[in-house]
Amino acid sequence: MLVESIMTENVVTLTQSMSVQDALDISKAHRVRHMPVVRDGYLVGLVSDRDLRDAKPSTLESCDDQLLRETLVDKIMVKDVHTCHRLDFVEDAAAQMHRHRIGCLPVVSQGRLVGIISERDILHTLVEMMGVNAPTSRVEIEVPDRPGMLADIADLLRARRMNTSTVMVFPSPVAGCKRIVFRVRTMDPRRFLQDIENAGYTVIHHPCASSQGEV
Amino acid sequence: MRHAEDKVAFVYSDAFTRYKFTEDHPFNPKRLEMTLDLIHTLRLLDGVPLIEPVPATMEQLLAVHDSRYLDAVQRASLPDADPDSYAPWGLGTEDTPIFPGMHDASALVAGGTVQAAELVMSGKADHAINLAGGLHHAHRAQASGFCVYNDIAVAIAHVKKKYAGARIAYIDTDAHHGDGVQWMFYEDPDVLTISFHETGKYLYPGTGEITERGEGRGYGYSLNVPLEAFTEDESWMESLTAILEPVLDAFAPDLIIHQNGCDAHRYDPLTHLCATTRIYREMPRLTHRLAHKLCGGRYVAVGGGGYDIWRVVPRAWTMLWAEMLGRPLPEALPPEWIARWQGDAPDPLPTQFVDPPNLFEPIPRRAEIEEKNQITVRRVLNGTPFL
Repeated sequence: MLVESIMTENVVTLTQSMSVQDALDISKAHRVRHMPVVRDGYLVGLVSDRDLRDAKPSTLESCDDQLLRETLVDKIMVKDVHTCHRLDFVEDAAAQMHRHRIGCLPVVSQGRLVGIISERDILHTLVEMMGVNAPTSRVEIEVPDRPGMLADIADLLRARRMNTSTVMVFPSPVAGCKRIVFRVRTMDPRRFLQDIENAGYTVIHHPCASSQGEV
Repeated sequence: MRHAEDKVAFVYSDAFTRYKFTEDHPFNPKRLEMTLDLIHTLRLLDGVPLIEPVPATMEQLLAVHDSRYLDAVQRASLPDADPDSYAPWGLGTEDTPIFPGMHDASALVAGGTVQAAELVMSGKADHAINLAGGLHHAHRAQASGFCVYNDIAVAIAHVKKKYAGARIAYIDTDAHHGDGVQWMFYEDPDVLTISFHETGKYLYPGTGEITERGEGRGYGYSLNVPLEAFTEDESWMESLTAILEPVLDAFAPDLIIHQNGCDAHRYDPLTHLCATTRIYREMPRLTHRLAHKLCGGRYVAVGGGGYDIWRVVPRAWTMLWAEMLGRPLPEALPPEWIARWQGDAPDPLPTQFVDPPNLFEPIPRRAEIEEKNQITVRRVLNGTPFL
């Protein structure tokens, strides 16, 4: 999945000649935490809600907003901005945001700002990828960490004419094992669960699974 | 509560049993025959008009379903249809196999619920029931969880169109989340959907989180109460009462529709809740009383899930009908009914309507489960904006 498929294209932006008060108003009106600063379409900086908070007087002091109206965005913006490209993979962009502990990445193509992705976009993508919004039954299976396991389970699904919505593979707390989570489009996973156990694998956390026993 | 003067209507046709997927499918229409037989044996249909349903029209179905989906269902209903061509519509799977006549059977069920709602809204009846209805999982363009057409949504859309400004409260006490109805009216502030269900952790369809509250103008008008696996009678009823009273009071509906899926019972093979038939006596009592208190008695009941067709469904739905009728039931099931069905049943049939209190071992984690459910109820109420 590419950045361009999840990015916001209508970006709320600032210009260098705006005041800090303007930036605060725009941030509030559009409910955004990150605003790229552009000049003729080119990205020149970024203002985050943290930069704005730093510039504001403490709520404990009596506020004189004269200064906020006189100071320009140019003075508080970050100039060396982390960016990504519209053809980057979403997972690479997510890793970049995590590594640098940042909340957004402006998407830049040939110097021009073409979009933005935020933590929220990444989380939303993750939610979609995990299939939480689709009607499914969740089945978690522990398998040995060797080739062919996924295909084994997938064969059982095919035999039962069950369509899979999403698949995730996780490390298991048990050494030498992996956990596979299937979200299956079925209301009645009983026979599938039985197939898994008959094939010698363990169903995890499922109240129906005979291998769990204890309620 | 007895309202001897209430006019009631029972929508039924033997053709309802044509809504049948395969011989060994868990959604088995035999449960309707068994329930009808129990109701007849107890003479609970004497003097009650039996309303023959008419199929929902294409126009009525189109109010909530995509025209391409309706086309696909009609094509899949032909005898030589190839099941593999219908996967994008959620059809031809092990859950919702295709079968000849599927469209007609599904449209008849939907028409039955439309009729029940129409009888009540037009004042011809105070209460009406369609036990074949309650197919709450069907989506706009996809079959799901044994449901092809969403009869409840079709009926709600019909009421909204014909009775402009009507406010409808939909109460879903099936063990599965009432997702189809919820999503179809997610942005509608005139349709309040309240679903009580087992959490989606281990149960289809996995949705029905507290945080699903509606969108736009409909924000706050979808309520979800996901209860823990192994929840028992007391905690289930406590959650229901705590939410339904204040929420319905504030919403002030013109019509209450109650979906009576009875798969929260401990015997149910598909779910992991631990209720007994006590809740199937008490829930209709509560929603019936609320209908009289809040909307002049306008009350529609539909069926829904329920996969222990021998030991649970006939008892649960007979108690529902007796409540609507305002007629007391005997404690014991009629021996002649038991004699008629015991031969086919894989387990001994129960002899009492209400399960005895010591039928099941108590759940070891009961205190923890009750606490978790109480927290859930508090969070649901705290986040409901119109309270």
